[in-house]
Amino acid sequence: MTGQLVRRHSVAVRITHWVNVLCLSILLMSGLQIFNAHPRLYWGKYGADPDPAFITIAQGFPTWLTIPSYQDLASGRNWHFLFAWLLVINGLIYLVHGFLRGHVRRDLWPERDQLKPRHLWQEIMDHARLRFPKGDEARRYNALQKMTYLLVALVLLPLMVLTGLTMSPGLDAAFPFLPDLFGGRPSARTLHFITASALVLFVVVHVLMVVLSGFWNNMRSMLTGRYAIEHSGSDHEA
Amino acid sequence: MKPDLSRRRMLLGLMAGASAPFLAGCDRMTQNAEFGAVLRNTEKLTMGAQRLLLGAHALAPEYSVADLSPVFRANGTQEPDSDEYARLREHGFTDWRLQVDGLVQQPLSLTLADLKRLPSRTQITRHDCVEGWSAIGQWQGVALGRILDLARLKPGARYVVFHCADELEATLDGSGRYYESIDLLDAYHPQTILAYAMNGKDLPVAHGAPLRLRVERQLGYKHAKYLMRIEVVSAFDKLWGGRGGYWEDRGYEWYAGI
Repeated sequence: MTGQLVRRHSVAVRITHWVNVLCLSILLMSGLQIFNAHPRLYWGKYGADPDPAFITIAQGFPTWLTIPSYQDLASGRNWHFLFAWLLVINGLIYLVHGFLRGHVRRDLWPERDQLKPRHLWQEIMDHARLRFPKGDEARRYNALQKMTYLLVALVLLPLMVLTGLTMSPGLDAAFPFLPDLFGGRPSARTLHFITASALVLFVVVHVLMVVLSGFWNNMRSMLTGRYAIEHSGSDHEA
Repeated sequence: MKPDLSRRRMLLGLMAGASAPFLAGCDRMTQNAEFGAVLRNTEKLTMGAQRLLLGAHALAPEYSVADLSPVFRANGTQEPDSDEYARLREHGFTDWRLQVDGLVQQPLSLTLADLKRLPSRTQITRHDCVEGWSAIGQWQGVALGRILDLARLKPGARYVVFHCADELEATLDGSGRYYESIDLLDAYHPQTILAYAMNGKDLPVAHGAPLRLRVERQLGYKHAKYLMRIEVVSAFDKLWGGRGGYWEDRGYEWYAGI
């Protein structure tokens, strides 16, 4: 391949990324185990079988998607809480590093020229046509990418943790504003489920983009940190 | 068969096939002694963190009458099926006694009337089941701390064990009998009460008549129903499964604050 190798991901980003992959996989699957114990979601301060459900998934999720792969709420909870601790510690390391070492400001915050409507529209069209940036444009994330990563790191994952903590009767005593913030424990459980679904959607699109925009180059950059930039301007087929 | 249906089925099959070895590994780790211990020890980290944030006095949120669940789901045993309980119920629980013993200087045997003569606390709180549902109810009863003070704890007292009238699982050795335990910090929490009334009426049988525990900063299975005996102990490892409760002996956390 013609082009140039650049350093793309720092060690901290690479490690926290893969720890996140492990945590989110196990949290999703053990979360579905916990969901299956009562596959109804409610909105409000209370919600149980006699009350109207907001969302019902009658048969629950198939066992090949749950940890453990048989019905066992107690073990599912153990897995969920162990990896929730790991996710929170990993997330704090990522955020402290990201803000202190400039990763968020330098790599994730969209630059002025990227936010112009004409540029954004161009990016949307490029994505739709599966045309990915080359040359200098490939040295930075595109604006859609940046906004998506910011949404995941600063909104969806913190929301996941907060709605999860709101389901704890202990933490609701320590922080009574938590259930008020989300409209009640049953609402927090519903938001936990919806946010998890949004994260699954993100992962599906993210993996798809990784594959389509150069699988080996992307994998190498997230494993070794080095990313190849293709020259732009020419119509060469690598 | 439509082609898109079979393709979808193949895709699902592929995903199931890919998750199978991962899941088999997780299942093996769940049953592995060392990793099982790591999994269970998360509970200690969670309890330590919650106790640090909570302290002894932080109160669980209380609600208003407008927030009450229209129907409060009854869970676990709906009516203990022993002859003894049937007899007690027939006589309106006038023959029922709450035994308080163990590491106390003054063992007690209290009637329902004795309990109702003591000052009471009324609270509208949220009941959170480990399965994920919640219900809001009003509870009236006497503070557990007051009963423990009447019985006067002996040195070495650390836990309060609740022995119940209901048997959730029929066994020959009695290990299917419901029981629970909490430590003294939760036992002396102001919202920890022995409730004899619910939503302004005598506690219904389905909710644990004549007396149940309310320990509001923990999940529903800690709130033992059909109380018969309160035993103060220094440790619970010799009781039944040794983990401090019916559900704890079946894998659930002893500290149910999350």
